[in-house]
Amino acid sequence: MNKTMLLIKHEFLITIRRKAFIILTIAFPLVALLGILAAQVIPGMIKPSTEIQKIGYVDEVGIFTENTSQGQIELIQFNTEDEAKTALIDADIKEYFVIPENYMSTALILRYTLKNELEPNSTIRSVIGDFLLSNLLKGDDATVIERVKSLMNIASTTLTGTGEVAPRQGGLAALILPYVFCFLLMMSIFFSSGYLLQGLLEEKENRVMEILLSSISPKQLLAGKIIGLGAAGLLQIIIWLISANFLFRIASSNFGGIIGALQISPDFWILGVLYFILGYLFVAVVMAGIGSISPTARDGQQLSPLFTIPVVIPLYFLGLIMEHPENIVVKILTFIPFTAPLTVIVRMGMFEIPIWELVVSILILILSIIGCFILVTKLFRVYLLMYGKRPNLREIVSSFRKA
Amino acid sequence: MFTVEVNHILKAYGNRAVVNDLSFAINPGEIFGLIGPNGAGKTTTIRMIMDIIKPDSGEIKIMGKHLNDDSKSEIGYLPEERGLYKKLRISETIVYFASLKGIDARTATERGEQLLKRADMLQHKSKKIEELSRGMGQIIQVIVTLIHDPKLIILDEPFAGLDPVNTQLLKELIRELRNQGKSVIMSTHRMNDIEELSDRILMINKGRTVLYGDLSSIKSRYRNNSVFVEYEGELGDIPGVTEKRMHNKTVELMLDKQTTPQILLESLVKKGIAVNRFELSSPSLNEIFIKVAGNKNE
Repeated sequence: MNKTMLLIKHEFLITIRRKAFIILTIAFPLVALLGILAAQVIPGMIKPSTEIQKIGYVDEVGIFTENTSQGQIELIQFNTEDEAKTALIDADIKEYFVIPENYMSTALILRYTLKNELEPNSTIRSVIGDFLLSNLLKGDDATVIERVKSLMNIASTTLTGTGEVAPRQGGLAALILPYVFCFLLMMSIFFSSGYLLQGLLEEKENRVMEILLSSISPKQLLAGKIIGLGAAGLLQIIIWLISANFLFRIASSNFGGIIGALQISPDFWILGVLYFILGYLFVAVVMAGIGSISPTARDGQQLSPLFTIPVVIPLYFLGLIMEHPENIVVKILTFIPFTAPLTVIVRMGMFEIPIWELVVSILILILSIIGCFILVTKLFRVYLLMYGKRPNLREIVSSFRKA
Repeated sequence: MFTVEVNHILKAYGNRAVVNDLSFAINPGEIFGLIGPNGAGKTTTIRMIMDIIKPDSGEIKIMGKHLNDDSKSEIGYLPEERGLYKKLRISETIVYFASLKGIDARTATERGEQLLKRADMLQHKSKKIEELSRGMGQIIQVIVTLIHDPKLIILDEPFAGLDPVNTQLLKELIRELRNQGKSVIMSTHRMNDIEELSDRILMINKGRTVLYGDLSSIKSRYRNNSVFVEYEGELGDIPGVTEKRMHNKTVELMLDKQTTPQILLESLVKKGIAVNRFELSSPSLNEIFIKVAGNKNE
């Protein structure tokens, strides 16, 4: 086995034995599973109230008399507001509302309760709404009333340029998967590159680095660490994706709806894994550079957010990416090595990304990885065994020329 | 063929030359002392030999060839700053570092156990590094350095942190390595250890050679023309003696340039003085070090 392979194996085994790695890998699917089970079990434990809730109303318009009983809620008419108020204080009713004389021109409803609240809950809102609607359309066909209450359910279908049904159909279901994948990708990239930075700085601080460099070259050391930790990160994300698939199945069989519509297409898998690998390699090489110039773990941790925060920038542009996928800002984010992985994954869940954009984005990422790898190898040679002082920018640039 | 051949190497950081036109060679079966004051450039020189850093100019050959990744396996390096993975067990540590030098796990385990047994540490082989005392950790570090049976061994401050028993054990090991035809570079501030073990030395200061060669000839070069004498009788004036320095029962007689110890002994005998001890004054390496390093620092 060559030395790089030995190092890869060592780093991989050390990482997957870390308590933090094991806990994080298991915690994500476990918490999600518990959430699903809780969502199944808890509603069953809560027995719906059989008690009829009474709500008072005062009709100053004089046309609202029908449809006063809706499920568990009964609407009781009072002649005056004072009567309704007394009934509320005596706890005969939970709340009351007044339909003022000018309701037809203002749509204003005055509601009174004994509790503070942000806004009327949706049940109350819908009960009062249905009550008003039924009375306003009094005399019309019941089906018309029902249709007015629920105007439409839109079922959209996206067609391709040739008129066939497009493989990507958009919608909320199409957004959930890329969003979940983005989250997993981000976590995995951050944790793997974080381990790399931490491991490198530990070896620097406990002086193992000098022994390693007496046996292997800086290039082998860098490659071994990045690939070893990347393999651990990939293992983690594969475990998460497999468990996510399993969890989606459980959830969809129980909840259906949006979750039932979730599906992972093969190109999503391929590009997802490809962008994980490229995104991780890029961030990891940058982290290794930070590790080489930082004298202590503390210094390294202070510097690293400067380079990890740009990775999550696409999440701030989520609205723009979804509303205007062809916007120039979105295209630029697709090409910047730091932002490309998350941007592409969000975009591809919703839309077809032109092939040329994908090719350019992947090429830029690959070239950036190679370029950074060469520069970081030079930094390794110069700064990995320097303790106590962080070099300034001029010294770093000069070391690129010299090393 | 030299084990190590260093020709006019130079290494500078900014405008400061840390190693400046340094040349030396090390023979097989030789213990080579590399000494110098703090910041003289010893560690930088060692790191260049190890190919951890590259010289700006000049060349280094190991066993006649430029060092490459494969020939790194011919070198055992004990750095001044010790470091091992704290969470790994002793046996895992030995096997891992041996594997980086191209040794399979079985051979590494066998050799490791031999060396652990010799250091009376075999019973601790399953312990984690973090459970060991500093001295025990140091022994493991030495074992890691020697596990792959290297031809060139570089020891930077090898005795730091060792108790007298383990210091003696390591000295025996170093002598054994020399007897096996291996070359040992030893860098330390403990001049008595260099004096005790080294065949030849290189003293550097501010990156340049200030002393280089056979230890005994360096000593004779720095010898004062003086003699220690224990005697019975009255010394009085002796021809050729410029000064008398008393050290308890012994007197050190400083001689002028024309007078040799032989002539002095004859003069003493002629004067009827009973000589109980007659010893040529020889400066210790420490004295030479202070003298040379002091002069160069002025």
